[in-house]
Amino acid sequence: MMINGSRQEHEVEPRQLLVQFIRESAGLTGTNIGCDTSSCGACTVLLEGESVKSCTLLAAQADGASITTIEGLAGADGTLHPVQQAFHENHGLQCGYCTPGMVMAAVSLIEENPSLDEAAVREGLEGNLCRCTGYHNIVKAVLAAAGAGA
Amino acid sequence: MIPAQFEYVRAASADEAVALLGEHGDEAKLLAGGHSLLPLMKLRLAAPSVLIDVGRLRDLSYVSDGGDHVAIGALTRHHDVQRSSLLQSSMPLLPYVAGLVGDPQVRHRGTIGGSLAHGDPASDLPAAILALGGTLVIQGPGGAREVAATDFFRGFLETALGPDELLTEIRVPKMGGAGWSYQKFNRRAQDWAIVGVAAVGAQAGGGVALVNMASVPVRAASVEQAVASGASVQDAAASAAEGLDPPGDLNASPEFRRHLATVLVRRALEEVASPR
Repeated sequence: MMINGSRQEHEVEPRQLLVQFIRESAGLTGTNIGCDTSSCGACTVLLEGESVKSCTLLAAQADGASITTIEGLAGADGTLHPVQQAFHENHGLQCGYCTPGMVMAAVSLIEENPSLDEAAVREGLEGNLCRCTGYHNIVKAVLAAAGAGA
Repeated sequence: MIPAQFEYVRAASADEAVALLGEHGDEAKLLAGGHSLLPLMKLRLAAPSVLIDVGRLRDLSYVSDGGDHVAIGALTRHHDVQRSSLLQSSMPLLPYVAGLVGDPQVRHRGTIGGSLAHGDPASDLPAAILALGGTLVIQGPGGAREVAATDFFRGFLETALGPDELLTEIRVPKMGGAGWSYQKFNRRAQDWAIVGVAAVGAQAGGGVALVNMASVPVRAASVEQAVASGASVQDAAASAAEGLDPPGDLNASPEFRRHLATVLVRRALEEVASPR
């Protein structure tokens, strides 16, 4: 499969999860494992541009697919993606554990619905849990990124 | 958490999936979006020895106009059901309910056929299809057959699907502008319903179906009869839990579920009666 534009070809067991493939086979550890039960969203990545929970996909299901992880968002020169920049400016994180998944979910949400309001952001992030922030600054960041034409 | 070991095979067509099921018998499970099956396998509550991946059969992902009904391919994702303009105009209940399943990530992967074939009494879509009076098209080695949604759910996570059969299409009658309601009561946004109610007005058959009120998704027959015979909303709703044996768990006792069913059915019938 292609991860962040580079080809990743590895032999896998049928039961290997996509998140293990990303972290262990491809060595991209920005994608976190949180609950491991498709509840918390920490492992969210983009599959063909759409948010998915990589703990609930087999690597084999994503065979040949194009995956984007948090490492694939920033530009080659280190320029942050507009959603990353908005999280930075709005202090949209505290401990940071949920942040990669939160950012990837937000990228997909904004892509699907560029005219988001606060209610739509809160509803659109229902698949991502944050135990620190109370969500306020995350919602602010996503609204800022949506307004910035992310 | 990782599932127990299994063999993975990918079907290139519906016919091949049926043939593979015939070859591997009931040791095999079909894998569509995987959002019901994989969590069970990770918890080792399910351990099939063969997974037949039908997730790439894009020709089973469609929403098409059949005149008086709409035909939905079994592998149509919740996300696509939610956003289908044909479904939004002809049966708004169904896209609304699809939009309440899980969360956006789940809806990007989970399929309507997978949800129905899983047969979970706590799932939203089986109740919606029951209330709408849908029909399921099933392909087996001897060809296709049709089963009414009311005859499809047989027991806890058990359906009318044989071990060598594949659900290919769901046919749902158009609602013809009838009123509708879906009441989902839960504690957290992404959760299953503690109790849910799907209801449609008389022009759409007057179906009322319940989530999490039995070991299978069920029609609320007593409510439907009461409404049809002209009972008041209050009286019809009072019979919501009649003859049902709802489960008890950490979220709710059976008694609380019976109470919730009467309250939610009342709200649903009120919403059905009031034009949107």
